Amino acid sequence: MADRITLQLARYRPEEEPEPSFQEYEVPCREDWVVLDGLNYVKDRLDGTLSYRWSCRMGICGSCGMTVNGEPKLTCATFLADYVPGPVRVEPLRNFPVIRDLVVELGDFMRKLTSVQPWIVREEEKPLSEGEYRQTPAQLDLYQQYSMCINCMLCYAACPVYGLDPKFLGPAAIALAQRYNLDSRDQGVGERLEVLSQDEGIWGCTFVGDCTRVCPKNVDPAGAIQRYKLTAALEWLKGFFVPWGAR
Amino acid sequence: MSEPPAYREFHPRWYRPRMSTWWWLKRGSHLAFILRELSSIFVAWSVVFFLLLVTAVSRGEDAYRDFLSWTGSPGILLLNLVSLFFVVFHAVTWFNLAPQAMVVRVRGKRVPGAWIAASNYAAWALLSALVAWLFLGG
Repeated sequence: MADRITLQLARYRPEEEPEPSFQEYEVPCREDWVVLDGLNYVKDRLDGTLSYRWSCRMGICGSCGMTVNGEPKLTCATFLADYVPGPVRVEPLRNFPVIRDLVVELGDFMRKLTSVQPWIVREEEKPLSEGEYRQTPAQLDLYQQYSMCINCMLCYAACPVYGLDPKFLGPAAIALAQRYNLDSRDQGVGERLEVLSQDEGIWGCTFVGDCTRVCPKNVDPAGAIQRYKLTAALEWLKGFFVPWGAR
Repeated sequence: MSEPPAYREFHPRWYRPRMSTWWWLKRGSHLAFILRELSSIFVAWSVVFFLLLVTAVSRGEDAYRDFLSWTGSPGILLLNLVSLFFVVFHAVTWFNLAPQAMVVRVRGKRVPGAWIAASNYAAWALLSALVAWLFLGG
């Protein structure tokens, strides 16, 4: 196995250049090294000016998502050995504004995420004396897959709809909305429907399916969106035929 | 008076990459998606063609003969061959996507996706056989 590999890193220094460029660095290629290890090697030994986000190194925090050889990847879970002989081209996540080097701006995603209220909404909390809200394994099974989302935004980087129309609510936000909609303890379905059923909500999705293919946690956002389209259509029908039967 | 540095929403120094017009040619999955969207035109043509056929049949034998000779012309034949490809492509990609959109549970357990796709194909084959029997055998 090659003992060194070349990283082609996208550099963007807004105070110096109007557009990103690529810079090459040679890093050790060890069997157990992921792309993030290579980036850390560059930062520590070769060029301290490189900027990128990372935290946990173990596929939980969702902050090290980047474009590796054209594919949205968690760099902590992408092994350098799989790209031998190289080079490995690392760029910031697609479809987001770039602040510096490999760091993208998250504000748009964060606003969309909160707009779907990804938390348990209760019309009325029961008193503590009545105990916890219990759930059977079958009830947990209904939403567990969607609860695995780590907000890494790889699905947004893979989604051409989001790239073409940044107003689109996007895969992760809709999957997380479904995570709470399908939770037996939640009562916020109606409030979320108003956000999700807009043109920029579920109906923006054209089912390309790449969000599901790139998801490192097998959340299947594309499936969540299609399922919700059915729910929203049934709600609309119900409202059309039984207007007095409010949700 | 100098303003304190603030975090501005429309930061002038952010680099905003633009998507190329030809983005859909760069990946197989994107090309397949665009072709699936494009197939709707040919699906619509198939419906129009079928309606023309029904109209011709209802107008009697001569009209039907004229219709048949029209469909035999090279242009229409080519169009219908292309339409056949797209309609089949549309149906196959649609059935393959169906398991993602349909979550069926039997006794609390989710039915595997392959079964959902298989049942869609089976229904397709069954209906096609029924139509063939009605018009050819019956």
